[in-house]
Amino acid sequence: MFKPTFKPRKAYIDLSGISKSPLSLDSREGNFPCPTCSTWLSEAEIIKNNDFCPRCARHFAVTAWERIYSLCDEGTFEEWDSGLTSGNPLQFPDYDAKLQRASEDTHLPEAIITGKGIIGGMECVVGAMEPRFMMGSMGSVVGEKVCRAAEGAMERSLPLILSCCSGGARMQEGMLSLMQMAKTSAAIGRLNQAGLLYITILTHPTTGGVTASFASLADIIIGEPGALIGFTGPRVIEQTTGQKLPAGFQRSEYLLQHGMLDIIQPRLEMRSLLIRLLAVHQGGRNGQ
Amino acid sequence: MANNKFEFEAAYRLLENKLEELRQLSETLECDFSNEIANVEKRISQLRAERYKHLTPWEQVILSRDLERPMTRDYIDTLCTDFIELHGDRLYGDDPAIVGGIAVFGDRAVTVIGQQKGQDTAENIRHNFGMPRPEGFRKAHRLLKNAERFQRPVITFINTPGADPGIGAEERGQAWAISQLLLCLSSLRVPVVSVITGEGGSGGALALTIADRIIMLSNAVFSVASPETCASILLRDVKRAGEMAEALKLNAPALKDLRIIDAIVDEPLNENLLGAPDFVADLRSAISKHLDEVSAQPLDDLIRQRYQRLRVIGQFYEPDL
Ligand SMILES: [Zn+2]
Repeated sequence: MFKPTFKPRKAYIDLSGISKSPLSLDSREGNFPCPTCSTWLSEAEIIKNNDFCPRCARHFAVTAWERIYSLCDEGTFEEWDSGLTSGNPLQFPDYDAKLQRASEDTHLPEAIITGKGIIGGMECVVGAMEPRFMMGSMGSVVGEKVCRAAEGAMERSLPLILSCCSGGARMQEGMLSLMQMAKTSAAIGRLNQAGLLYITILTHPTTGGVTASFASLADIIIGEPGALIGFTGPRVIEQTTGQKLPAGFQRSEYLLQHGMLDIIQPRLEMRSLLIRLLAVHQGGRNGQ
Repeated sequence: MANNKFEFEAAYRLLENKLEELRQLSETLECDFSNEIANVEKRISQLRAERYKHLTPWEQVILSRDLERPMTRDYIDTLCTDFIELHGDRLYGDDPAIVGGIAVFGDRAVTVIGQQKGQDTAENIRHNFGMPRPEGFRKAHRLLKNAERFQRPVITFINTPGADPGIGAEERGQAWAISQLLLCLSSLRVPVVSVITGEGGSGGALALTIADRIIMLSNAVFSVASPETCASILLRDVKRAGEMAEALKLNAPALKDLRIIDAIVDEPLNENLLGAPDFVADLRSAISKHLDEVSAQPLDDLIRQRYQRLRVIGQFYEPDL
């Protein structure tokens, strides 16, 4: 069985969920409260548990690289377009500084990693969005890399698998960002016409312009347990409508009930599900 | 039409009042200053016209949302004949925030679709303030496929604050409905021309603005998010929306520079747009010209070019290999 080799790193817990913990991250050295059930967890424990809470099974955010490692056969991923970086096309105030901070914090040039990898012996184009890079927001670079991933899949007749996580369109690039929704959707349209398999994994949180474009256009849409997925964010809905949100609203389980997802799959079994899906799409034969 | 919308109007009104006093004074004193007065009057109206030509982006945002502006249905009724509205998404319901149907534009049958706002509170409640729900986008999708089947060119009219941000809209797949519409329009095998007539708000506007040509009225706006939203998220101060309106580059000239839109139709000053014959003629001929141009191309080329238009949007650095 494949075992991803993680580089030693700091655990990263996202506290942006609805049940935000009142306790701050650094209130106890090296320990974190689970944002859902408030159980105190040590960093070692979180890493040992593959980034989810042993008590309530809350899936914590993982970095884009960890996502890629956890899906691909060891040592098979070959990154594409790693040199693409954002400018500040509108000269938007503070955008340069935010980009710089994001890339320092994540050691990544932008909010998505794309490339070619092998999953269970089957070649695929794979991408993963980085939640810590400006909340995985989609600007010109994210849009471009998604398009190139789709085009790369078409050139090689390979399936495309994208792990999504995004706060939506990146406001600092104005309409250039919004148009990435159209651009990525058009690229996925071509992929569809080429008859190639496209799978998305929607992770916590996937909202706004990413949900309303390439993330929702997959042949098969998989949600991670408990992930917040939607168009308008829950706080905005509450503020603008004044309505109380139903329990579990916009979570994977709720969306499955409402017909928006194909499958909910725990992170540990994501890779084996992909292998089965890919194999069936190859006529039941797996590449090995 | 916008005489009372802006603070700067107060200065012109003050000047006009002074002038009126002067006119009365000249009558009482039996001196004829009528030529001078007429000159000053003319000068004031020139200055005002000049001011309206240089509205700030924030002033344009306010003007683009003006309830006195014509709404989609008014444009359809003015520019087309034989409009027959078609209803419903065949799945859930009919969304009054999107109006669509078939009509005749000039000498051709077209499909017309657009977001519909109301002009008063009651109308706005009925039309959900022009904020489409998933069934609206699915109705549009159905009408577009219908247009393709009967080879009718499509004209869309854009005027919406954005997609409906409600619980029901989320439950019925707002994001899925928008993404399907983006996909559909990006490869629809008929010519598509979009006209942004007022407020082009975010994804709910974009969903109907994937086109071979995009025309924008001179005071319309098109933005990734409202300046208020950007100000409250990025600056944590909704009162600074004006700064964000500036930074977002959301008005017609800025979007033409970014090559997101193709043409601008100038709005007349201080009057009802559709009551101004020159404006109606300009708009009609702009739509007609672009529709002619794109209709003249072989469909395969048209679809390829529509893809290319989208494909090249975005600015980033890439190291030389
Ligand atoms: Zn927990």
